[in-house]
Amino acid sequence: MQQTEFLNVVLPFKDKLYRLAKRLLVSKEEAEDATQEILMKLWSKKKVMTGYNNVEAYAMMMTKNFCLDRLKSKQAGNLKLVHSNYTDDTMSIQTQIEVSDSLSWVEKIMEELPEQQKMVIQLRDVEQYEFEEIAELLGMSSTAVRVALSRARKTVREKLVQKHNYGIQ
Amino acid sequence: MEYSNIEKLLERYFEATTTVAEEEVLREYFSREDIPLHLKKHAPMFQYFSVAKEERFTKQVPLKPRKNRYIKWISVAAVSILIFGIYFGRSYQEQREAEFAYQETKKALSLLATNLGRGTEKVAYLREFEETKQKIYNRN
Repeated sequence: MQQTEFLNVVLPFKDKLYRLAKRLLVSKEEAEDATQEILMKLWSKKKVMTGYNNVEAYAMMMTKNFCLDRLKSKQAGNLKLVHSNYTDDTMSIQTQIEVSDSLSWVEKIMEELPEQQKMVIQLRDVEQYEFEEIAELLGMSSTAVRVALSRARKTVREKLVQKHNYGIQ
Repeated sequence: MEYSNIEKLLERYFEATTTVAEEEVLREYFSREDIPLHLKKHAPMFQYFSVAKEERFTKQVPLKPRKNRYIKWISVAAVSILIFGIYFGRSYQEQREAEFAYQETKKALSLLATNLGRGTEKVAYLREFEETKQKIYNRN
Protein backbone atom coordinates (compact mmCIF):
# COMPACT_ATOMS: atom_id res chain seq x y z
CA MET A 1 0.00 0.00 0.00
CA GLN A 2 1.33 3.39 -0.97
CA GLN A 3 1.37 6.43 1.28
CA THR A 4 -1.32 8.24 -0.66
CA GLU A 5 -3.52 5.17 -0.66
CA PHE A 6 -3.03 4.80 3.07
CA LEU A 7 -3.94 8.43 3.63
CA ASN A 8 -7.11 7.99 1.59
CA VAL A 9 -8.17 5.15 3.84
CA VAL A 10 -7.24 6.95 7.05
CA LEU A 11 -8.31 10.49 6.22
CA PRO A 12 -12.08 10.07 6.64
CA PHE A 13 -11.81 8.93 10.26
CA LYS A 14 -8.63 10.47 11.62
CA ASP A 15 -10.63 13.32 13.16
CA LYS A 16 -12.87 10.80 14.89
CA LEU A 17 -9.81 9.16 16.42
CA TYR A 18 -8.58 12.54 17.59
CA ARG A 19 -11.92 13.52 19.08
CA LEU A 20 -12.23 10.24 20.95
CA ALA A 21 -8.67 10.62 22.23
CA LYS A 22 -9.38 14.17 23.32
CA ARG A 23 -12.59 13.14 25.08
CA LEU A 24 -10.65 10.60 27.10
CA LEU A 25 -7.35 12.38 27.63
CA VAL A 26 -8.81 15.94 27.87
CA SER A 27 -5.52 17.60 26.96
CA LYS A 28 -5.19 18.68 23.33
CA GLU A 29 -1.48 17.83 23.14
CA GLU A 30 -2.00 14.41 24.68
CA ALA A 31 -4.78 13.70 22.21
CA GLU A 32 -2.64 14.79 19.27
CA ASP A 33 0.21 12.59 20.40
CA ALA A 34 -2.14 9.67 20.86
CA THR A 35 -3.66 10.11 17.41
CA GLN A 36 -0.25 10.35 15.82
CA GLU A 37 0.80 7.20 17.62
CA ILE A 38 -2.29 5.35 16.39
CA LEU A 39 -1.80 6.50 12.80
CA MET A 40 1.82 5.41 12.89
CA LYS A 41 0.82 2.04 14.31
CA LEU A 42 -1.71 1.68 11.49
CA TRP A 43 0.95 2.64 8.96
CA SER A 44 3.31 -0.01 10.26
CA LYS A 45 0.49 -2.55 10.08
CA LYS A 46 -0.71 -1.43 6.68
CA LYS A 47 -0.17 -4.86 5.14
CA VAL A 48 -2.41 -6.50 7.72
CA MET A 49 -4.84 -3.58 7.52
CA THR A 50 -6.00 -4.40 3.99
CA GLY A 51 -7.35 -7.64 5.46
CA TYR A 52 -9.73 -5.85 7.82
CA ASN A 53 -13.05 -4.97 6.27
CA ASN A 54 -13.69 -2.20 8.77
CA VAL A 55 -10.49 -0.26 9.32
CA GLU A 56 -12.33 2.55 11.08
CA ALA A 57 -13.73 0.32 13.82
CA TYR A 58 -10.32 -1.28 14.22
CA ALA A 59 -8.64 2.13 14.52
CA MET A 60 -11.26 3.35 16.99
CA MET A 61 -10.68 0.29 19.12
CA MET A 62 -6.94 0.89 19.01
CA THR A 63 -7.46 4.50 20.06
CA LYS A 64 -9.72 3.51 22.91
CA ASN A 65 -7.27 0.94 24.22
CA PHE A 66 -4.32 3.26 23.78
CA CYS A 67 -6.00 6.10 25.66
CA LEU A 68 -7.18 3.87 28.48
CA ASP A 69 -3.65 2.51 28.83
CA ARG A 70 -2.38 6.07 28.85
CA LEU A 71 -4.76 7.00 31.62
CA LYS A 72 -3.65 4.01 33.64
CA SER A 73 0.05 4.63 33.16
CA LYS A 74 2.27 6.83 35.28
CA GLN A 75 2.30 9.71 32.84
CA ALA A 76 -1.42 9.98 33.26
CA GLY A 77 -0.89 10.74 36.93
CA ASN A 78 0.47 14.12 35.93
CA LEU A 79 -2.29 14.58 33.42
CA LYS A 80 -5.01 14.01 35.98
CA LEU A 81 -3.36 16.37 38.39
CA VAL A 82 -3.38 19.18 35.82
CA HIS A 83 -6.94 18.31 34.95
CA SER A 84 -8.22 18.43 38.52
CA ASN A 85 -6.36 21.69 39.01
CA TYR A 86 -8.49 23.61 36.64
CA THR A 87 -11.82 22.12 37.59
CA ASP A 88 -11.08 23.31 41.09
CA ASP A 89 -13.61 25.63 42.73
CA THR A 90 -11.08 28.41 43.10
CA MET A 91 -11.02 29.26 39.43
CA SER A 92 -8.71 31.72 37.76
CA ILE A 93 -10.22 34.65 35.90
CA GLN A 94 -9.45 33.02 32.60
CA THR A 95 -11.25 29.80 33.41
CA GLN A 96 -14.17 31.79 34.78
CA ILE A 97 -14.48 33.53 31.45
CA GLU A 98 -14.25 30.19 29.69
CA VAL A 99 -16.89 28.63 31.88
CA SER A 100 -19.25 31.51 31.30
CA ASP A 101 -19.67 30.08 27.82
CA SER A 102 -22.38 27.48 28.23
CA LEU A 103 -20.89 25.24 25.55
CA SER A 104 -17.71 24.84 27.50
CA TRP A 105 -19.84 24.00 30.51
CA VAL A 106 -21.02 20.97 28.63
CA GLU A 107 -17.43 20.09 27.82
CA LYS A 108 -16.40 20.42 31.46
CA ILE A 109 -19.37 18.38 32.60
CA MET A 110 -18.46 15.66 30.16
CA GLU A 111 -14.91 15.64 31.51
CA GLU A 112 -16.32 14.62 34.85
CA LEU A 113 -18.14 11.59 33.51
CA PRO A 114 -16.67 8.12 34.06
CA GLU A 115 -14.57 6.91 31.13
CA GLN A 116 -17.09 4.41 29.82
CA GLN A 117 -19.90 6.97 29.75
CA LYS A 118 -17.56 9.48 28.13
CA MET A 119 -16.85 7.06 25.31
CA VAL A 120 -20.48 6.09 24.86
CA ILE A 121 -21.76 9.65 24.70
CA GLN A 122 -18.87 10.67 22.43
CA LEU A 123 -19.49 7.83 20.00
CA ARG A 124 -23.25 8.26 19.98
CA ASP A 125 -23.95 11.97 20.27
CA VAL A 126 -20.90 13.35 18.53
CA GLU A 127 -20.04 10.63 16.02
CA GLN A 128 -23.54 9.15 15.61
CA TYR A 129 -22.55 5.51 15.82
CA GLU A 130 -25.24 2.85 16.04
CA PHE A 131 -25.69 1.01 19.33
CA GLU A 132 -24.40 -2.23 17.84
CA GLU A 133 -21.21 -0.55 16.65
CA ILE A 134 -20.61 1.02 20.06
CA ALA A 135 -21.32 -2.27 21.77
CA GLU A 136 -18.78 -4.04 19.61
CA LEU A 137 -16.20 -1.30 20.00
CA LEU A 138 -16.39 -1.15 23.75
CA GLY A 139 -17.01 -4.85 24.31
CA MET A 140 -20.35 -4.28 26.01
CA SER A 141 -23.87 -5.51 25.34
CA SER A 142 -26.28 -3.22 23.50
CA THR A 143 -28.40 -2.92 26.60
CA ALA A 144 -25.43 -1.89 28.69
CA VAL A 145 -24.61 0.76 26.09
CA ARG A 146 -28.15 2.12 26.33
CA VAL A 147 -28.03 2.23 30.10
CA ALA A 148 -24.64 3.97 30.13
CA LEU A 149 -25.78 6.45 27.49
CA SER A 150 -28.99 7.25 29.33
CA ARG A 151 -27.04 7.82 32.54
CA ALA A 152 -24.49 10.00 30.81
CA ARG A 153 -27.14 12.14 29.12
CA LYS A 154 -29.09 12.57 32.33
CA THR A 155 -25.97 13.51 34.27
CA VAL A 156 -25.08 16.13 31.69
CA ARG A 157 -28.62 17.49 31.79
CA GLU A 158 -28.74 17.68 35.58
CA LYS A 159 -25.35 19.31 35.94
CA LEU A 160 -26.13 21.73 33.16
CA VAL A 161 -29.35 22.80 34.85
CA GLN A 162 -27.47 23.17 38.13
CA LYS A 163 -24.80 25.39 36.61
CA HIS A 164 -27.43 27.31 34.74
CA ASN A 165 -29.32 28.09 37.94
CA TYR A 166 -26.18 29.21 39.72
CA GLY A 167 -25.54 31.54 36.83
CA ILE A 168 -28.90 33.20 37.25
CA GLN A 169 -28.67 33.62 41.01
CA MET B 1 -41.71 20.87 14.49
CA GLU B 2 -44.29 20.83 17.26
CA TYR B 3 -43.13 21.33 20.83
CA SER B 4 -44.97 18.28 22.08
CA ASN B 5 -43.23 16.16 19.53
CA ILE B 6 -39.86 17.56 20.55
CA GLU B 7 -40.69 17.01 24.18
CA LYS B 8 -41.55 13.40 23.50
CA LEU B 9 -38.35 12.96 21.58
CA LEU B 10 -36.38 14.55 24.41
CA GLU B 11 -37.92 12.19 26.92
CA ARG B 12 -36.95 9.22 24.80
CA TYR B 13 -33.58 10.78 24.17
CA PHE B 14 -32.74 10.76 27.86
CA GLU B 15 -33.87 7.15 28.10
CA ALA B 16 -31.52 6.45 25.16
CA THR B 17 -34.25 4.88 23.05
CA THR B 18 -34.11 7.35 20.16
CA THR B 19 -32.58 6.43 16.82
CA VAL B 20 -29.69 8.27 15.21
CA ALA B 21 -32.13 9.96 12.83
CA GLU B 22 -34.34 11.21 15.67
CA GLU B 23 -31.31 12.56 17.48
CA GLU B 24 -30.39 14.39 14.30
CA VAL B 25 -33.84 16.02 14.38
CA LEU B 26 -33.21 17.15 17.95
CA ARG B 27 -29.78 18.53 17.09
CA GLU B 28 -31.24 20.44 14.20
CA TYR B 29 -34.08 21.77 16.32
CA PHE B 30 -31.78 23.05 19.04
CA SER B 31 -29.45 24.72 16.58
CA ARG B 32 -32.24 27.22 15.86
CA GLU B 33 -32.62 30.54 17.59
CA ASP B 34 -36.32 30.48 18.51
CA ILE B 35 -36.42 27.80 21.16
CA PRO B 36 -39.18 28.12 23.78
CA LEU B 37 -37.90 29.06 27.22
CA HIS B 38 -38.68 25.80 28.97
CA LEU B 39 -36.65 23.85 26.39
CA LYS B 40 -33.76 26.28 26.24
CA LYS B 41 -31.84 24.57 29.02
CA HIS B 42 -31.21 21.60 26.72
CA ALA B 43 -29.84 23.70 23.89
CA PRO B 44 -26.18 23.95 25.00
CA MET B 45 -25.91 20.17 25.11
CA PHE B 46 -26.96 19.65 21.51
CA GLN B 47 -25.09 22.68 20.29
CA TYR B 48 -21.98 21.38 21.97
CA PHE B 49 -22.25 18.03 20.17
CA SER B 50 -22.38 19.79 16.82
CA VAL B 51 -19.42 21.97 17.74
CA ALA B 52 -17.45 19.03 19.09
CA LYS B 53 -17.83 17.25 15.78
CA GLU B 54 -16.08 20.11 14.04
CA GLU B 55 -12.84 19.53 15.84
CA ARG B 56 -10.07 18.49 13.48
CA PHE B 57 -6.78 16.69 13.79
CA THR B 58 -4.31 19.04 12.14
CA LYS B 59 -0.98 17.63 13.18
CA GLN B 60 1.18 16.22 10.41
CA VAL B 61 2.14 12.60 10.86
CA PRO B 62 5.61 11.59 9.72
CA LEU B 63 5.03 8.32 7.92
CA LYS B 64 7.62 5.71 6.93
CA PRO B 65 9.97 5.58 9.90
CA ARG B 66 10.04 1.81 9.59
CA LYS B 67 11.24 1.82 6.01
CA ASN B 68 14.05 4.17 6.92
CA ARG B 69 15.31 1.85 9.57
CA TYR B 70 15.63 -0.93 6.99
CA ILE B 71 17.47 1.27 4.56
CA LYS B 72 19.84 2.42 7.26
CA TRP B 73 20.87 -1.11 8.14
CA ILE B 74 21.15 -2.14 4.52
CA SER B 75 23.42 0.81 3.80
CA VAL B 76 25.55 0.00 6.83
CA ALA B 77 25.93 -3.57 5.57
CA ALA B 78 26.71 -2.40 2.05
CA VAL B 79 29.38 0.02 3.19
CA SER B 80 31.06 -2.55 5.40
CA ILE B 81 31.06 -5.09 2.55
CA LEU B 82 32.55 -2.48 0.25
CA ILE B 83 35.33 -1.65 2.71
CA PHE B 84 36.17 -5.30 3.30
CA GLY B 85 36.05 -5.93 -0.43
CA ILE B 86 38.49 -3.15 -1.15
CA TYR B 87 40.79 -4.24 1.66
CA PHE B 88 40.92 -7.94 0.72
CA GLY B 89 40.82 -7.23 -2.99
CA ARG B 90 43.83 -5.03 -2.69
CA SER B 91 45.85 -7.53 -0.66
CA TYR B 92 44.96 -10.24 -3.21
CA GLN B 93 46.10 -7.95 -6.00
CA GLU B 94 49.35 -7.28 -4.16
CA GLN B 95 49.94 -10.99 -3.71
CA ARG B 96 49.44 -11.58 -7.41
CA GLU B 97 51.75 -8.78 -8.32
CA ALA B 98 54.44 -10.12 -5.99
CA GLU B 99 54.10 -13.59 -7.49
CA PHE B 100 54.39 -12.15 -10.98
CA ALA B 101 57.53 -10.23 -10.00
CA TYR B 102 58.96 -13.37 -8.44
CA GLN B 103 58.31 -15.38 -11.60
CA GLU B 104 59.90 -12.65 -13.74
CA THR B 105 63.00 -12.49 -11.57
CA LYS B 106 63.27 -16.26 -11.61
CA LYS B 107 63.10 -16.22 -15.40
CA ALA B 108 65.71 -13.50 -15.61
CA LEU B 109 67.99 -15.31 -13.21
CA SER B 110 67.71 -18.61 -15.06
CA LEU B 111 68.47 -16.77 -18.30
CA LEU B 112 71.50 -15.31 -16.63
CA ALA B 113 72.46 -18.72 -15.34
CA THR B 114 72.32 -20.37 -18.76
CA ASN B 115 74.29 -17.55 -20.34
CA LEU B 116 76.81 -17.78 -17.54
CA GLY B 117 77.09 -21.53 -18.18
CA ARG B 118 77.72 -20.89 -21.81
CA GLY B 119 80.39 -18.33 -20.79
CA THR B 120 82.20 -20.80 -18.58
CA GLU B 121 82.20 -23.36 -21.39
CA LYS B 122 83.96 -20.84 -23.55
CA VAL B 123 86.32 -20.06 -20.68
CA ALA B 124 87.07 -23.81 -20.52
CA TYR B 125 88.31 -23.63 -24.10
CA LEU B 126 90.44 -20.69 -23.14
CA ARG B 127 91.97 -22.63 -20.32
CA GLU B 128 92.83 -25.45 -22.70
CA PHE B 129 94.45 -22.89 -24.91
CA GLU B 130 96.30 -21.37 -21.98
CA GLU B 131 97.57 -24.72 -20.84
CA THR B 132 98.95 -25.64 -24.25
CA LYS B 133 100.45 -22.19 -24.51
CA GLN B 134 102.16 -22.73 -21.13
CA LYS B 135 103.49 -26.07 -22.27
CA ILE B 136 104.98 -24.43 -25.32
CA TYR B 137 106.52 -21.71 -23.20
CA ASN B 138 107.97 -24.25 -20.84
CA ARG B 139 109.57 -26.17 -23.65
CA ASN B 140 111.24 -23.13 -24.91
